[in-house]
Amino acid sequence: MTGFFDRMLGRGKEPTASKAKERLQFVLVHDRINLPPERLKEMKEEILAVISKYVAVASDEVDIALEQRDRNQNRLIAEIPFSKSIDKKDDTHPSRHTATSKLMLDENDDLLLDDDDDIMETRRNMAATDNAVDGDLGDFDDD
Amino acid sequence: MGAKVITVTSGKGGVGKTTTTANLGVSLARLNKRVVVIDADIGLRNLDVVMGLENRIVYDLVDVVEGRSKLRQAMIKHKQFPDLYLIPAAQTRDKTAVSPSDMVTICNKLREEFDFVLIDSPAGIERGFRNAIAPADEVLIVTNPEVSAVRDADRIIGLIEAENKGPARLILNRVKMEMIKRGEMLSAEDVTDILAISIIGIVPEDENVIPASNSGVPVTLNENSRAGVAFRNIARRLNGEKVDFMSLDNSGGIFQRLTRLFAGGQGNE
Repeated sequence: MTGFFDRMLGRGKEPTASKAKERLQFVLVHDRINLPPERLKEMKEEILAVISKYVAVASDEVDIALEQRDRNQNRLIAEIPFSKSIDKKDDTHPSRHTATSKLMLDENDDLLLDDDDDIMETRRNMAATDNAVDGDLGDFDDD
Repeated sequence: MGAKVITVTSGKGGVGKTTTTANLGVSLARLNKRVVVIDADIGLRNLDVVMGLENRIVYDLVDVVEGRSKLRQAMIKHKQFPDLYLIPAAQTRDKTAVSPSDMVTICNKLREEFDFVLIDSPAGIERGFRNAIAPADEVLIVTNPEVSAVRDADRIIGLIEAENKGPARLILNRVKMEMIKRGEMLSAEDVTDILAISIIGIVPEDENVIPASNSGVPVTLNENSRAGVAFRNIARRLNGEKVDFMSLDNSGGIFQRLTRLFAGGQGNE
């Protein structure tokens, strides 16, 4: 506090006491949960990698931080906004694509009875795609 | 009424545990309390020289534990205070010569006849520290306003909580008001903010402390010593009195007000 006034008045050196306090508060948060800063960084990257498998993340705006209210109340606070181009990106996402394919196959069951070669061809291609994604649909082709 | 067993510990070495234990022992004896101080730092005996009792040692803590002496025989009476005793550490053994349950047994015997049992813990977090806190009803953590000492204090606080011996109280030792004013030293408020525990004493840096140790007369017996006053105040607080924190600032300025405000907020004053 005194250091702050010193700075405001343009006298004195860098207030090392406030630096000590900041550094201690930072290091003790990590000490108390036995998770060093570098490991926390790895954990954040892993969390983001998992989330990015499902949704596009606005990586510039991600904020994941440890919060400590008192000695024994630690929590990880994460704000992970999705990318603004989420709709567009989602259409091309493999899991969503699979769902769409299944839906089309169901609809095509009736058409299949018409023995329409073009539609059969389309259906086979889709089944092949689905096999790549989900092996359980492999038998569908033999109905 | 049984004695209260109070362990003085710190994590880091050299912050003033032994000086604190000796001075609190003498200060409590001055309040007409019956006191035993135990040096639990097996192999690095020191409390005896700080208290000026090194020439009177016949038996030590390990002799008691191993049955070579009775507890009474290992208790050295203080020269000035007949109700103040020291149980010295062994100098030639290591921490494994004593177990936590030995410490509990010894303290339970002392509880019947005394008001306070003070245990001077060794530095570190190993066996010696475990021995020292095993019988504790209350733990005092001594630290200095330095990053290394504060970090170690935090680790110790966590261990004490894990052992269900908390909440510990803090003694901030070797405080230099001039440096705090210049923003070059953590204040008592900074340290309690960081550690999130309550404070029972703020001891100023005082050049009377080393001469006191040199002559084996704890500084609290020097009426002119500011550190001595601080130790006496801590003893009175341990004895249940309400004592304002002394002003470390001769101009009686903002620090005093902040300290009082803070002490009020902690609810232990």
